[in-house]
Amino acid sequence: MPEETLLEFAGVHTHYGDLHVLKGVDYTVARDDIVVLLGGNASGKSTTMKTIMGTVTPSKGEVRFRGAPINRLSTSERVKRGIAPVLEARRLFPRMTVYENLEMGAYTRKRGPDFDEDLERVYALFPRVKERRQQLAGTLSGGEQQMVAIGRALMARPALICMDEPSMGLSPRFVEIVFGIIQTINRQGVAIFMVEQNAHMALQIASRGYVLQTGRVVLSGPAADLAANPAIREAYLGELQVEDS
Amino acid sequence: MTGTAVFLQQLVNGLSLGAMYALLALGFTLVYGILELINFAHFNVFMVGAFVGLIVLQSFGLQGQTVLLHGAPLVLALLASLAVTMLASGVLGVLIERYTLRPMRNVRGPMAMITTIGVSYILFNLVLLLTNAQALNYPDPMPSVDYHLGGVTIRLKAVIIWVVAAVLMWGLNLFVRRSRLGKAMRAVAQDAEAARMMGVEVDQVVMIAFFAGSALAGAAGMIFGLYYNFTQYSIGYTAGLRAFTAAVLGGIGNVPGAMVGGLLIGLIETIGSQYIAAKWADVIIFSILIFTLVFRPAGLLGAQSPNRS
Ligand SMILES: Nc1ncnc2c1ncn2[C@@H]1O[C@H](COP(=O)(O)OP(=O)(O)O)[C@@H](O)[C@H]1O
Ligand SMILES: [Mg+2]
Repeated sequence: MPEETLLEFAGVHTHYGDLHVLKGVDYTVARDDIVVLLGGNASGKSTTMKTIMGTVTPSKGEVRFRGAPINRLSTSERVKRGIAPVLEARRLFPRMTVYENLEMGAYTRKRGPDFDEDLERVYALFPRVKERRQQLAGTLSGGEQQMVAIGRALMARPALICMDEPSMGLSPRFVEIVFGIIQTINRQGVAIFMVEQNAHMALQIASRGYVLQTGRVVLSGPAADLAANPAIREAYLGELQVEDS
Repeated sequence: MTGTAVFLQQLVNGLSLGAMYALLALGFTLVYGILELINFAHFNVFMVGAFVGLIVLQSFGLQGQTVLLHGAPLVLALLASLAVTMLASGVLGVLIERYTLRPMRNVRGPMAMITTIGVSYILFNLVLLLTNAQALNYPDPMPSVDYHLGGVTIRLKAVIIWVVAAVLMWGLNLFVRRSRLGKAMRAVAQDAEAARMMGVEVDQVVMIAFFAGSALAGAAGMIFGLYYNFTQYSIGYTAGLRAFTAAVLGGIGNVPGAMVGGLLIGLIETIGSQYIAAKWADVIIFSILIFTLVFRPAGLLGAQSPNRS
């Protein structure tokens, strides 16, 4: 193994009742990676994220974190071990303040100087979040909410953040900001595993990528290779190529 | 008595009932807010609470109208009785949740609600059997001191009831607003899946909601006994439906709403009985339930139910 492996999927299958969603997938995320997961609708991207967080349990295969199998661990135990989510569509607690949302991110941790330190770190990354800390989260704009959602994940002091479509529904300006922040966080030592529809930008900041098709990984490799791959350019980068020219 | 004095007197009386309904309504609202479940067992947790209160008060030697204790010992005995009653009722609520509702957690449709009706009947019939359907006298241990304010009589007992209810509601509010578990409770109520993803153990939060709601129902049961000087197997039904109306009126799932709704229903009951007729009280109250459901289903302060997405 080239770098230290953080997260591994080994032949993972998942089912919702009779519906077979992931059909034997393997992923690896290393300690300093930004890994992007591409794929069409209903290919199993969100299911992958849920399987990492433990709200979906594999019917076969193994999920490992820092080398230890975590198939049977509760979500709360996974958060304690250093995995935090940025959920699809942000999913803040709308009638709680921004500050309380950040507190919920640190729910599994003891309150202490670490908490204040992490809070300052989030405020430093997102001055806007600090300004709005006493506002109800539901009153923020989509972009601001996404900042809180990322801040909330950071409050768990994670080694790995799983993001489900962090740029979804954001204005181009905020998409820019969010991708920039993801790079900053990664440079601070947090591995990122993200699902993205915006393949063009995601592949620019990612180190590696996977392409999922109806529950199977059909392509994987360094992000630059994927960005140059004709099949991917056609499937995911089509309209953006026009923009680029 | 002048017209104004009569009105004010009913206001004073309504406040005591309102305090009781508010405490009871909170249990409906806490559970609904988290599970989107109308817990009909709550009616009879309240009734059992009234009996537990009776037994505990008697075990402190507080029986009938005889005043055995005075001063500090009396206050301590009352507080201890209240604490034990709330604890026992809270545990009853937790057991009901753990053994009859948790197995239903992932069953869709009205199964869980129907289960609560079944549990309610079990409690009702158990107490009916154990008491031979008799009404039992409640002790009246508080010194009968009356205050007279401009033609209105305020009994010490009423003041004590208000203070106890206010302290309990203040405590609950503080718990829900400020404590770690209280915040987890609100988070689960607003988005259970997201809360789970933050590492919240949802079962634990549900348990706490049942404990808090049932403990408050126990307090309300004891207040019922002290206010009316009796308890009976059948008291849960009327009081429970009125408190449920209070929860809907205030906005189901909304904690301050349950408090406001409870007070309003108490006031409507006494004032309506005064100016229309006592037998119309339920007609008025349940008309309010229907009008709220039809014209303002979110209630006065806004319903807050879990986001199911
Ligand atoms: N909770 C669920 N119950 C049943 N089927 C589900 C559930 N969640 C997702 N699915 C199905 O699983 C498939 C993969 O879904 P998902 O992982 O959300 O896809 P995507 O790649 O678009 O994120 C879809 O066919 C979806 O309908
Ligand atoms: Mg998805």
